[in-house]
Amino acid sequence: MGAGRLYGAVAVGGFRRYATYRAATAAGVFTNTVFGLILVYTYRALWDERPHLGGYDQAQALTYVWIGQALLATLSIGGGGVEVELTERIRTGDVAVDLYRPADLQLWWLAADLGRAMFQLLGRGVVPFVVGALCFPLYLPRDAGTWLAFLGAVLLAMLVGFGLRYLVALTAFWLLDGTGVAQITWLVGFFCSGMLLPLNVFPGTLGEVVRLLPWSSLLQLPADVLLGHADPLGTYAFQAAWAVVLLGAGRLIQAAATRRVVVQGG
Amino acid sequence: MAAGGHGERSAPGEHAGGGERAGSGEWAGGGERAGSGEWAGTGRIAAGLRTYGLIAAMWTRSTMAYRASFALSTLTSFAATFFDFVAIMLMFSRVRALGGYALPEVAFLYGLSAVSFGLADLAIGSMERLGRRVRDGTLDTLLVRPAPVLAQVAADRFSPRRIGRVLQGALVLGWALARLDVVWTAPKLLLMPVTVLSGFGIFCSVFVAGAAFQFVTQDASEVQNAFTYGGTTLLQYPPTVFGKELVRGVTFLLPLAFVNWLPACYVLGRPYPLDLPGWTAFASPLVAVACCALSGLAWRAGLHSYRSTGS
Repeated sequence: MGAGRLYGAVAVGGFRRYATYRAATAAGVFTNTVFGLILVYTYRALWDERPHLGGYDQAQALTYVWIGQALLATLSIGGGGVEVELTERIRTGDVAVDLYRPADLQLWWLAADLGRAMFQLLGRGVVPFVVGALCFPLYLPRDAGTWLAFLGAVLLAMLVGFGLRYLVALTAFWLLDGTGVAQITWLVGFFCSGMLLPLNVFPGTLGEVVRLLPWSSLLQLPADVLLGHADPLGTYAFQAAWAVVLLGAGRLIQAAATRRVVVQGG
Repeated sequence: MAAGGHGERSAPGEHAGGGERAGSGEWAGGGERAGSGEWAGTGRIAAGLRTYGLIAAMWTRSTMAYRASFALSTLTSFAATFFDFVAIMLMFSRVRALGGYALPEVAFLYGLSAVSFGLADLAIGSMERLGRRVRDGTLDTLLVRPAPVLAQVAADRFSPRRIGRVLQGALVLGWALARLDVVWTAPKLLLMPVTVLSGFGIFCSVFVAGAAFQFVTQDASEVQNAFTYGGTTLLQYPPTVFGKELVRGVTFLLPLAFVNWLPACYVLGRPYPLDLPGWTAFASPLVAVACCALSGLAWRAGLHSYRSTGS
């Protein structure tokens, strides 16, 4: 009970912290909308050439674009979640303060990241999607159930996304400078989540392999739930399995890391 | 000599000692203007380039102290842009043409856009950090130095690893040139280097204008990405793909079309977007000069409006 309130407060803090920077949020909305526009036109050309490519019709493909823009910041697919700060705290040794707190390191940062993700979804995700829906013929399900199922998949995607980024941050315990690892995972994530191109458009074996990787939980699977292309329960099971594996690995590595932590400085 | 005069005017003691607000107004606004009066136009540009060269060389030396890290981050920068092209290749594994353009033609557009943008990003891409300097007050350090502020900001944190993007673009461009079915005439050959240079100029002016905008809205630096990264992404695809309004916008409002679309249409013998006349393919250098002049004005206005954080 007490612990629940603590992590709840941390999550609210994460939400409010990001909500403070209104100009930055507006700028992000603008940029997401512009990128969405560019992608929409290229996808339209692609689906004009090959209708029903990857099983999507054109309206579904265009909807996919705006789901991607809505989830880009929410799930920190391009980096920029709490892991940036955690890496820096590990490098500077401030993480010692975090370890000293009567709270679990992983849960603390998970709560902060969920708060951030919730704000990014409302503050940065909704507007580009609405702009897209007003300007282009999108595929929008009529029943509330599909939208709720989609939100469920997005929530699980937040857990998977954090699980991945927490592992990246923990490498700083060994490497001190986490930029290289962060950049590489950012690249892989961008490509394997379906941010550059929906995974069902990928040819042959490559397409099948990327669908099994954890990154497919971030964008491809929630989008498929909204577009009526995937069964929500099967999707949840896949996402939950990856969340358990990644968060579990995070706990193990965290235990190993904190045993060897030597705080630099006086 | 000229630099010395500038330094005197903005000696650290002057603004640190006197009334904060009044002092900052004096050296950010008045000092600049008086300085520009003393300097002949060319002398000023020479001083700026010299400053830029010195600072960039300093950052390069500091980067080269960690050669392995430099090699790795250059490779990452190469790979980051490479994935962009992989996405286009994946698209072409499913279709034969996009907006009527075949893969070598799209690669040609991609290469021109990536090389021009990569060069601009390499040269002055760090300017996007200006908002941070305005917010935390470290811009003041640059203002008290006896050197042009624009050159200092442009060379700030110069990162040679950004050559990775240029190399990747050049590789794609080379591949496209080898695969294209084009009869190369003298004007077409001549147009190639002119296009890359003009594109470099246009993207540089976008970076400078973006930085000037950050004087006004420090937190909103991400807006710039829509025009820089967004611009180069847009230009990687044929103009036939996009809606008329969007093409009009990037031709007449923000003339990105002159970076590669119009020259490429001439080289590939394609119809010009918006039925523009044929000479527009050769107008890129003029457009680049005009853009640089306008963004220079925007930069001056931005710098003159700057008031320090005050504490």
